[in-house]
Amino acid sequence: MTQSYDVIVLGGGPAGVRAAIAARRQGLTVAVIDEGRRPGGQVYRAPNFTVSAADLDANPDLVRGERLRADFAGSGAELFARHRAWFAAPGIKVSAAGPEGATWFESRALILATGTSERAIPVPGITLPGVIGLAAATVLLKAHGAVPGSPTLVAGVGPLLYAVATSILKHGGQVAAVVDLSRPGEWAAALPGMISRPDLLARGLGWMLSLKRAGIPIHHGSTVTAIRGDVNVQEVEICPVDGNWAPIAGARRKTIAAKGVAIGHGLTPASEFARILAIPHRFSAERGGWIPTLAPDRKAMDGVYIAGDCAGISGAAAAEIAGTLAGLSAARDLGALTDAKYAELALPVSRSLARAERFGWTISKLMSLRPGLARAIASDTVVCRCEDVARETIDDAAKAGATHVNQLKSLTRCGMGPCQGRSCGEAAAEIMAADTNTSREAVGAWTARTPLRPLPLDVLLGSYVYEDILKPPPLPA
Amino acid sequence: MHDIMVIGGGVMGCTTALRLAQGGLKVLLIEREGLCMQASGVNAGTLSVGIKRASLIQYAIRGSNLWRTTPEWAGFDAGFHQIGGLTLAFNDEEAEMLTERMDARKANGAPIEMVGLNRAKEIEPGISNKAVLAAYCPIDGYANSNEIGSGFRGALKRAGVEIKEFTRVDGVEREDQGYAARTPAGIFRGKRVVIAGGVWLEELLKRDFGINIPITCRTNMVSVTERLPPVMRNVLGIATSLLTLKQSTNGTVLIGGGWQGKGDTKRGGYEIVPENLLSNLRLACYVIPELRKARIARTWLGIEGNTQDVMPIVGDIPGSPGAFVIGAVRGGFTIGPCMGMLLAQYILGKEPELPLFDPTRVIVPDDTIERVAS
Ligand SMILES: Cc1cc2nc3c(=O)[nH]c(=O)nc-3n(C[C@H](O)[C@H](O)[C@H](O)COP(=O)(O)OP(=O)(O)OC[C@H]3O[C@@H](n4cnc5c(N)ncnc54)[C@H](O)[C@@H]3O)c2cc1C
Ligand SMILES: Cc1cc2nc3c(=O)[nH]c(=O)nc-3n(C[C@H](O)[C@H](O)[C@H](O)COP(=O)(O)OP(=O)(O)OC[C@H]3O[C@@H](n4cnc5c(N)ncnc54)[C@H](O)[C@@H]3O)c2cc1C
Repeated sequence: MTQSYDVIVLGGGPAGVRAAIAARRQGLTVAVIDEGRRPGGQVYRAPNFTVSAADLDANPDLVRGERLRADFAGSGAELFARHRAWFAAPGIKVSAAGPEGATWFESRALILATGTSERAIPVPGITLPGVIGLAAATVLLKAHGAVPGSPTLVAGVGPLLYAVATSILKHGGQVAAVVDLSRPGEWAAALPGMISRPDLLARGLGWMLSLKRAGIPIHHGSTVTAIRGDVNVQEVEICPVDGNWAPIAGARRKTIAAKGVAIGHGLTPASEFARILAIPHRFSAERGGWIPTLAPDRKAMDGVYIAGDCAGISGAAAAEIAGTLAGLSAARDLGALTDAKYAELALPVSRSLARAERFGWTISKLMSLRPGLARAIASDTVVCRCEDVARETIDDAAKAGATHVNQLKSLTRCGMGPCQGRSCGEAAAEIMAADTNTSREAVGAWTARTPLRPLPLDVLLGSYVYEDILKPPPLPA
Repeated sequence: MHDIMVIGGGVMGCTTALRLAQGGLKVLLIEREGLCMQASGVNAGTLSVGIKRASLIQYAIRGSNLWRTTPEWAGFDAGFHQIGGLTLAFNDEEAEMLTERMDARKANGAPIEMVGLNRAKEIEPGISNKAVLAAYCPIDGYANSNEIGSGFRGALKRAGVEIKEFTRVDGVEREDQGYAARTPAGIFRGKRVVIAGGVWLEELLKRDFGINIPITCRTNMVSVTERLPPVMRNVLGIATSLLTLKQSTNGTVLIGGGWQGKGDTKRGGYEIVPENLLSNLRLACYVIPELRKARIARTWLGIEGNTQDVMPIVGDIPGSPGAFVIGAVRGGFTIGPCMGMLLAQYILGKEPELPLFDPTRVIVPDDTIERVAS
């Protein structure tokens, strides 16, 4: 059975929820498909515990999240929770796998709002139990109020470092140190861009201050070069970096005792559906990598709109506003809004989007990957964990003449495993660019393949008999 | 000036170029992308003799043998595995079709044995009990198509072939001394030329040689599962040839059979057609019920070209002395190395081991083409 809607929204984070509400408000039927149990996405992830007034006081994200969920509940848009979209085609057809099997959808417009993936550049020991992604740590903290291993060393780049470290302390854990690739000067240089959202800036400064007060050592301009331990994490080696984030040869390395590590090197747009729909992309290090090209009204191709971090990292505040804009644009194109009414509604939205983007882009620029980090990966370090491909194998492929990441994939299986390069893609592409002495643009974008994440055949196929299978004419004898 | 230029670096172009160089010619190979990134690198890698068209059986047997012996003639391992092939029929109609088709293939030398369900289950314990008849072809197998691009790159270099990858040929013109190929990287010249442009042959032959050979673009879907414990041993298929199924040594199961997605020569394969994908996967799970427990990891699309009579074109380009064409081979991964060898034998002035396929038979008059002066 196929479900029919005017608008399908992929992703129920801030961007997707606001898009759905905006389109629904113009009288359109809307379905939101999200893997999670409740709307909210990453930042505004719904907690697994009952929220108390004290929780809300302590956490503005929780407040916003609850408001988002309340607005959504009142909107009349439908949520297909615990449904993972695995197929999308122009026209528009979508399929999602849920607890009861695959559901097929058709619609007149599609809004992509699938958010981000976390980037992690491998270091020796990153696979030890007790090591998790920095963004993944926020998920654990939000849902369960804890991370594995205490004290935890928090390492990588961007405001999430300070958000995670503060949150660990708040939940009664210990923080061994914060290891920040950025130098204080780089943070200072970002201030003017962040002034556009004083509320968010104040919050970030608050995190830094409370860490200082708690006496947590903060190592700026440094990176983790090794994580060691027999069974679990025991100690972490860190080293100062140069302006390219390459560990400085001969600089004094420091060893810090820790039982857990939260490490992340920024975010990349989850643009898989845009790539599957063959929307042209361009490379933008400052927005997190390959990003789909779209018009200012968020339209990317006939019937397809993109909002939130999957169109380029811009942060949660911008995601919500861009979502509203995408919902309005879809409503206009489907005839639910006149051009004049659209112009009137969209103008203030576009203005506040510009402000929010200014803030978001400043942060995403600060987090944009620099080449030194991946270049420093040792030859025997595993880059692609699914297919067990070490750095040296990638180097060999480049020596053998591979110049594009998709050639690398077919040569070495790097990025061909279940994660389809979501974990290793960035590191592998950086290595290719270094090896071939070219750029990320030149080594290209990974082709995304349906169903994006492994999909159980049982769920997909349902029950059937031989006669149900289509029988096109046989090939000639 | 090269002795010969080969345009298109799929399996047809690569094997022709390699054989020509081994025969002593100075060869230039020009490919728009990387070697074997189109059909030749994304195909399902099935080397089934037992499901080829009857008239191509001898070519398929040689092709499959050549994949086995790449270390000897090309110096690389193509991941060849001979695991046997079992083709099933699930009802009387299919059984009749299977018998008829297999008889014709047997008559042309395919070592095929017709077996009942019990014997079929000995050969392949995991198959569905619903099969009524099967054909067993012990020489069927597969190779790793995604690795052959780098294999051929090395082989061609060692044989002294000059390779221009990521170089698109925008036009081939006849000159006094031979042919000139225009590319964004400059003009290249050769005394002779081989056109091995896969599904783009129609376009290339029309544009540069003024002949119209309609080529249908077929967009095939292929799916692969995650790694799983062994669930099958053979290459499995069905009477209608609409399924190829096999498990590689790394545990992944490849599901193909020529089910159609959307694609064209401009954009390549660009869209999965869900009804067709579901039928392809349902068929696979029908044949090996255990497969239902697997998870599908990726589905992709590739395009290939067929002539109107679904037979290859390999030989002289009519009206253009010293110009040759090779391609449009159904099952062209299996048969490719044989075709490359045969065309090279012909170009090098030897008698080809098996007859070539004169393109004249599929030329369709087209008034819109200006006849090239010859
Ligand atoms: C793990 C993680 C944690 C983060 N934590 C924070 C944080 O604490 N603070 C902060 O400021 N920023 C955080 N970020 C950055 C943050 O994601 C964005 O700035 C913001 O959430 C973007 O909103 P969005 O609506 O674009 O995407 P998201 O909020 O990421 O929402 C996207 C939604 O799409 C769903 N989705 C994706 N693909 C599919 C699919 N195929 N089928 C069904 N559903 C799908 C996801 O489940 C998710 O709910 C985090 C990012 C990540 C990856
Ligand atoms: C998805 C799929 C699955 C298949 N499965 C099987 C299978 O299991 N078993 C089997 O035996 N066969 C299979 N086949 C068929 C087989 O792959 C093809 O018949 C064979 O690879 C064709 O080889 P080719 O060299 O003619 O074409 P291609 O590999 O397509 O090579 C043609 C080359 O010409 C290049 N080119 C085109 N125009 C220009 C230009 N202007 N300038 C420069 N270069 C140019 C192209 O870039 C391309 O690389 C499958 C095909 C597909 C698409």
